[in-house]
Amino acid sequence: MSQDPTVRVERWTLQSRISILAAAIILAILATGPFFFGNNAIDKLTTLFIYVILAVTWNALAGYGGLVSVGQQAFFGLGAYAAVRLADAGLNVYVSLVLAAVIIAAVSLPISSFMLRLRGGEFAIGMWVVAELCHLLVNLDSLVQGETGTSLIALNAYDADTRHALNYWVALGSMTAILVILFVLLRSRIGSAIQAIRDNEEAAASLGVRVMGTKRIIYVFAAFGAALAGALWLSTAITFQPKTYFGVQWTAYMIFMVLVGGLGTFEGAILGALIFFLIETWFGGSGVWYLIGLGATALVFSLFVPRGIWGWLERRFGLGLLPLGYRILGVPSATRMQTPDDGGIGAAPSVGTP
Amino acid sequence: MSLLEIRNLDVRHGLLQAVRGVDLSVEKGETIALVGANGAGKTTLLRAIAGAHLPAGGNVRFGGTDITLVPSHSRVGLGIALVPEGRRLFSQMTVEENLILARSAGRKGPWTLDRVFEAFPNLVPRRKAKAGNLSGGEQQATAIGRALMTNPEILLLDEVSLGLSPLAVDRVYASLDTLIHGGTTIVLVEQDLRRAMRVADRIVCMLEGKIVLEGKRGEITREQVSEAYFGLGIAKGRLSA
Repeated sequence: MSQDPTVRVERWTLQSRISILAAAIILAILATGPFFFGNNAIDKLTTLFIYVILAVTWNALAGYGGLVSVGQQAFFGLGAYAAVRLADAGLNVYVSLVLAAVIIAAVSLPISSFMLRLRGGEFAIGMWVVAELCHLLVNLDSLVQGETGTSLIALNAYDADTRHALNYWVALGSMTAILVILFVLLRSRIGSAIQAIRDNEEAAASLGVRVMGTKRIIYVFAAFGAALAGALWLSTAITFQPKTYFGVQWTAYMIFMVLVGGLGTFEGAILGALIFFLIETWFGGSGVWYLIGLGATALVFSLFVPRGIWGWLERRFGLGLLPLGYRILGVPSATRMQTPDDGGIGAAPSVGTP
Repeated sequence: MSLLEIRNLDVRHGLLQAVRGVDLSVEKGETIALVGANGAGKTTLLRAIAGAHLPAGGNVRFGGTDITLVPSHSRVGLGIALVPEGRRLFSQMTVEENLILARSAGRKGPWTLDRVFEAFPNLVPRRKAKAGNLSGGEQQATAIGRALMTNPEILLLDEVSLGLSPLAVDRVYASLDTLIHGGTTIVLVEQDLRRAMRVADRIVCMLEGKIVLEGKRGEITREQVSEAYFGLGIAKGRLSA
């Protein structure tokens, strides 16, 4: 697109260079966490990392890919289940967690070939059906003993302090890996392609975008993330009861985090996870009212701030911490390639976030 | 050698066979109008040429190479551009941005932003307008312009007049005239027989998935096409399907 000599395309800005550096420093500091924090704080942070994985991968699917799924708990549950199975087969428990996610990503591939034929609401509900089906199938396994569930007994091999620290590091490492993979993915040709498909599938196809293959990449990535989160959750919760893992509340949390943080913005999903984590910490004990509050907040955001807190900030202050998109500089127009707009899902801008 | 050669093509929508054993050749520089009633298989045939729908049988050759199984995203790069039914623009982007995007197909050729605006002068004042805010006719012009920006060897137009006011249709066809006389190879699907017979070099009439009548402009009459269109000829036993 740089055929016109008067136009300059910029990807990295000073702001984004500083942000990436800051993110790297924060991650490096977090990596030393277990040497300073108590077990309670470590567990809390581990939970936060899992929330970030959930939010970021759901956002990749719905916010960037336009594929709104209410059935990501299928992969969350399957990830935990596969980890139980692998650990039971004698594999090292932490290797099991990561390998489980890889296996479930492979499982999601054949699922994608029929689910991606569905569109919009049909895809969303179809995914929920898949989740229920997976739930029932897992219940048939005698190791799980139906709804009674089982535990990740193999974690006994580590004493409590080591276990907390290992959980923390594996979760932190997983989160970092997911963020880096998504960042690279969205900056690549695939990133532009998936957003073009989200904005208008037929238009994208008529420009030579490979529709099915691109959707599949993002779908499998999201499945991998949810499965990894499920397996990590298992390592902190230890018990595996199908009902808790295959519950639709997981997707409800993901939707909440992404809607509040900013649908279709990379930074927004992370912010959303942080907000959700804080709300849960402060109000999680207040039972039903906590859930009502979550629902009401999500509702208010989807009605009045459809691009979430980050989307609003980005628009108001021209922020762009991560260099995902393209900035077009100079003549013929100083405007950027795309302008954020407050459409809902599917009406978001193309080509990339600035 | 023809630019596009279709031999014995079968295309299915699941159990429904939408295109049955169709043979069609398109010469370079020719304009062909596909006419026929709803459900005759015109759009399906067009989409099969564009690769949006892979055929169940038969083959498609383009510029001498067999492209029957080439996926649609690679066909754009080969020079086959489809303007899908219903325009399908990126509604949040401007006209200019929609056009520039088509450069990503990576084909060099005579079509540039300036030439598209020359061919569609009604788009010039709307250059910076969001595609979603355009009138139907302007959107159609943008969609055609975007396809041209890929510098296609062949342009496939699906139902360009659908949902447009008669005035807007006139404008779109006026600019199509420029393309037709400029030597662009075009296959267009058109419901409006009168318009189809006015612009096309050749009329191809489909019925129930088959080509039932084919002829050069001036060699076939409107009555003949109408009969084929509704399958009346078959009832009388005059046309062999």
